[in-house]
Amino acid sequence: MIWDATFFESVPRFVTPLLLASLGGALCHRAGVFNIALEGMMLIGAFFAVVGSYFTAHWLGGLGAAVASGLAAGALYAWVGVRRGGDDIVVSIGLNILAAGLTAFLLRAIFDQRGQFDDPAIATLPRIALPGIDAVASLGPLLSGQSVLFWAALALVPLLAWGLTRHRLGLRMRAAGDNPAALRTLGVAPERIRTVAVLGSGALCALAGAQLSISNVSLFTEGMSAGRGWIAVVIVMMCAGRPVWILPAALFFGLIDALAVRAQVFGLPQQLTEALPYGLAIAVMAVALRRAAFRVRT
Amino acid sequence: MTRRGWIVPLAALALIALVPGLRAVALGFLDGAFGGRNLFNLWSTLSRASILLGMAIAVLVAFRAGLINLGGEGQLVLGALAAALVGIYAPLPGWAVASAALLAATVAGGLWGMLALWLDRGLRVPLLVGSLLLNYPAVQFASWLASHPLRDVASGSAQTHRIDGAARLPRFDGTILDYGIFLTVAVALLAILADRYTVFGYRLRMQGLAPDFARAQGMPTRRLGYQALFLSGAIAGLTGFTAVFGFAQRYVDGMLTQPLYAWTGIVAVLLAGMVPWRVPVAALIFAVLATGAGGMERVAGIPRESAQIVIALAILWLAGSGRSPMPGRGR
Repeated sequence: MIWDATFFESVPRFVTPLLLASLGGALCHRAGVFNIALEGMMLIGAFFAVVGSYFTAHWLGGLGAAVASGLAAGALYAWVGVRRGGDDIVVSIGLNILAAGLTAFLLRAIFDQRGQFDDPAIATLPRIALPGIDAVASLGPLLSGQSVLFWAALALVPLLAWGLTRHRLGLRMRAAGDNPAALRTLGVAPERIRTVAVLGSGALCALAGAQLSISNVSLFTEGMSAGRGWIAVVIVMMCAGRPVWILPAALFFGLIDALAVRAQVFGLPQQLTEALPYGLAIAVMAVALRRAAFRVRT
Repeated sequence: MTRRGWIVPLAALALIALVPGLRAVALGFLDGAFGGRNLFNLWSTLSRASILLGMAIAVLVAFRAGLINLGGEGQLVLGALAAALVGIYAPLPGWAVASAALLAATVAGGLWGMLALWLDRGLRVPLLVGSLLLNYPAVQFASWLASHPLRDVASGSAQTHRIDGAARLPRFDGTILDYGIFLTVAVALLAILADRYTVFGYRLRMQGLAPDFARAQGMPTRRLGYQALFLSGAIAGLTGFTAVFGFAQRYVDGMLTQPLYAWTGIVAVLLAGMVPWRVPVAALIFAVLATGAGGMERVAGIPRESAQIVIALAILWLAGSGRSPMPGRGR
């Protein structure tokens, strides 16, 4: 059966990176930065999570290193793309290539490995067991024993939704996107706000990467983000950067990912199931963008 | 460049020449890019430059028309795949196989490119994202074909059977450089000349620089867009053909995606400021960087991925200096 405990257990594992990266992308989207470097930021985060976790032998070290590297990537983006006014697409392409090159380079330089690095010394994220729910069929494996990042990502949804509608910084982010001139009149530099947004997206994407590399597995593979950053870009566009809509969208694509992996058990070749989310992303986007409210400005 | 602008590069050169360790690394780079026994490395640099040139010209055609086609990878791979299919299965004499494969490759790449634009025009999926997402199904499909139905099982790796010797692109005597470079250079020349001297080139350029003007002038912008994307994809497909019938002699899983040919092509076009005649120069420079980095790895153990880092930093620097033109984005 496809709907067994293994399947339900795997769903949050696929949802978490998509959700985190999409929320990061949403910050940029709302602040008027067309950040399509989510893929690269994820990859950097995945690598440095392994570095931090390996050398500190603690998952917090992994998360710390991931966030630091994500902030650094965000800072680079902010410097070139926001401060120096570089074109978002060009900067993003540069950052994505940098991420691919740098992680492969450091994989050789630090661990002397090509392609992949795994080691039992890499500490993985703790899983949170929920005593009462454990026993419930299908709900048990779905919710109990998931990584801390899953719950953190879920908690971020209402937090960001609230922040973007109620908090001063969130409102300023939206102003930076919708009407930077008004923000400037207020005496606030939109560049400053955008820098905060880009830094935030760097940190969140890096956490998404950490979920890939030190949660259910403890290894880094070259190109490990494998296009998930682009699915996140699609989610952000479809949802116009609204956290409350991003949650179901991320759940949907995470579910598809989980289904695709499960389908391999039934003999479908891995390459074909891996192509599925991308084909579906195009289709879903085509449907979502039929409505004017979702129309994208790029 | 101002007179002061020369000081830094000159100082760097002097430093490299005087410090023995750096000199060894630099010599390793030069050897990796231009040296080797019988100039082996020079030929492999040119071979790589040919592929990069093809991909860069493919990108250039679309970018000049204001269409951000990031789907070069998928178009390249599908072209290569179509070429390999024809090359393995067509029961024809050698020259006919090669011609049919070339045709199949261009059509496959071109149609995949047009599909991306149709998603944009017909279904409102932005070309930038749609063309990029189309890469994944194409690459995965090719990977599946190469590792299951078309696999040369005896070879032990995920690759197709070899193209028959008579159909392969011939090589220059005593080198690994094949005649595919004639194809890519010819396409590049045609594209550069067409951009400058033909009505079609002018129309594409106008559409890229001032779409409203192009429409107001009564240019068939819709058709022009599809033509540009077909051409762009077809050139990428042709590049895939030269790889399969040229240096690889078969389709090997990952041979076109691993070296980031498509992305490097995009960066080459951006670095050339979308000025057509500069594009071949940029492609050559990137090929030298990649093979030179291989030389540095052999001599000094510096991982060859340093080339990708340099390319990325170059494009970031360019973006930061405000000289990064992007089609249809008002800069």
